[in-house]
Amino acid sequence: MPRGEGFDLDMMQLVISGLANGSVYGLIALGFVLIYKATEAVNFAQGDFMMLGAFITIWLANPQFLGIDFWIAVPLAISIMAVLGYLLDLFVIRKMFGQPQIAVVILTIALGFIIRFVVGAIWKHEPQLLETPFAGRELRIGELVLGFEEVAVIVVTLLLTLFLFLFFRKAKLGKAMQAASQNQLAAYYVGIPVKRIQSLVWALAGAVAAVAGVLFASKGAVDPSTGLLGIKAFAAAVIGGFGSLPGALIGGLIIGLIEPFAAYALPAGYSQIAPYAVMLLVLIFRPAGIFSQMQKKKV
Amino acid sequence: MRFVFKRSYNDDIKLFKHRTQMFWYLALLIFVVALPWLIDDFLIGEATNVLIWAIAGMGLMVLAGHTGQASLGHAAFMAIGCYANVIMLQRGVPFIIAFPLSGVIAGIAGTIIALPVLRLHGIYLAIATLAISILTDDIIVITAPWTGGVGGLAAPPFDIFGVDINRYGTPILFYFLTLVVTLLVLWAYRNILRSPLGRSFVAVRDSEISAQALGVNITKTKAISFGISCAIVGLAGALLGLFAGAFNNETFNLVLSIQLLLMIVIGGLGSIHGAFFGALVIGFLPQAIAITRDGISETFGLGTIIIPGIESGVFALILIGFILFEPRGIYGRWIKIRTYFELFPFYRKGMFKRQKTYLKTERMK
Repeated sequence: MPRGEGFDLDMMQLVISGLANGSVYGLIALGFVLIYKATEAVNFAQGDFMMLGAFITIWLANPQFLGIDFWIAVPLAISIMAVLGYLLDLFVIRKMFGQPQIAVVILTIALGFIIRFVVGAIWKHEPQLLETPFAGRELRIGELVLGFEEVAVIVVTLLLTLFLFLFFRKAKLGKAMQAASQNQLAAYYVGIPVKRIQSLVWALAGAVAAVAGVLFASKGAVDPSTGLLGIKAFAAAVIGGFGSLPGALIGGLIIGLIEPFAAYALPAGYSQIAPYAVMLLVLIFRPAGIFSQMQKKKV
Repeated sequence: MRFVFKRSYNDDIKLFKHRTQMFWYLALLIFVVALPWLIDDFLIGEATNVLIWAIAGMGLMVLAGHTGQASLGHAAFMAIGCYANVIMLQRGVPFIIAFPLSGVIAGIAGTIIALPVLRLHGIYLAIATLAISILTDDIIVITAPWTGGVGGLAAPPFDIFGVDINRYGTPILFYFLTLVVTLLVLWAYRNILRSPLGRSFVAVRDSEISAQALGVNITKTKAISFGISCAIVGLAGALLGLFAGAFNNETFNLVLSIQLLLMIVIGGLGSIHGAFFGALVIGFLPQAIAITRDGISETFGLGTIIIPGIESGVFALILIGFILFEPRGIYGRWIKIRTYFELFPFYRKGMFKRQKTYLKTERMK
């Protein structure tokens, strides 16, 4: 292909749509990292949380269901997901307190199956699209034409990451969450209500998943198996280094950018492999990720 | 309660603790050998299926139950065993050579993959193996000239010393083939656990730091465990391929990997019995669900209700129930019931309570 003006614009659009996809991966990865940062557990159902959040929003906002105004439906869906996250921890995850890490992994995998099953039973398996007030609108910058949704996805993701980053850095609650993760017992001793903190983290992760779900569903159709996207978000979280919020976002963006370019440059069949191959390479050569926060354990 | 007086150090690692235990296992052996004369051909097929699951379960149990490394990618090694076996059979290699070789190939592949991956801990290992599981599908499609890609492969007919074995033609012979493989794997597994190697597996599981302090080479132990685990799972995959008759890139998907892990958790992590209990559950659950569903719809006259994905939903619910209320699985529950009666009336509620571990992170911030 000649390197002309049109080519560069194509590239630009590829980059933007890659970044928008990557933002969604990044948001799911943020959910992983939040829970990992505060409870040292990994929620393998985070992708399904996102799917559930998307379906709840569709159910609230789309005219064929309840048809509530979009700007009311979204905060409502986010709060519903937050409450669900809190209750999930209160009634299920809290029972796992003090048990090996891998038990939580298996539990959340099973939870993912159940969410997929329930959503499929309620809202059927056909792909559905969230109807947003800004659907179909375009942003023109010079000759560059961008979908409004894609830009919105990127902006919202950046803001949310910044907020969470500052929350963990500055806010008392954020610091308590980190303390609860670093040493549960010691956190108890200094008076942190570790159990309630963990429930709040799950609520926060639920809310973030709802945001990711809204953004994803406004960009393309969702169906109950959309939650499997969470696996790509794993790749994102691993590349960024589990436990780092900006890392999760950057990992997501990297995966989002790799995908369209791999599809562009590699023969069909090889391109789907690219994100996972990159993740495996990162795991092998820099297991703690780009933003490493690990240190060797001492006895 | 029986007290076994140990008179030598070797008594600690005897295959059977006492005569009565030996008697019960012999009785079980006689039962499974006599099974083909007790039930019809359809149920023999089901029993074969359960045995194949049990072999796969034992394979994963070596790694997850006894070495403490959870893998979400074992379907990949089942695939390697399955494809290696069928490809060799197609090229005219006799079954008696191709079958063990497929296990060896899966084991070698597992060890090669394990070396970089096993430096990772818990969660990271799970994610890396998850990636392997996803890649399997794509790799099978890419290597279509050998694997048949999306079209898949069909298992060719095979014989052992001139005796044709076929899942449909001679289900009883296929059952005995699977049974012999199961017993061989079981025997090998039990003996590994009695050896220094098996005890270093358990040491790594219980605490990597103390195992290291005791002079166990952690990376080597984990890699060997991964290799053995993959070899056994590869054999199970080879049998599954022959049993299913045809398979393609979607046979060995992520769901199979996860099912394997869930199976041994339900059965009871950390015991060979657990693999068998889990295999029974997973083998008969689809039938049980179908029968219950038909029963419900007949009783209430609802007609046939078909809810897609109900199997995995029910399976997941059962699993959550086990993790919350009986983390030691079916075998753990059985041990508790037995102890209750053995000690009657002195059983205490907290006898099997596990010590809680409180988390400390390895991160700096």
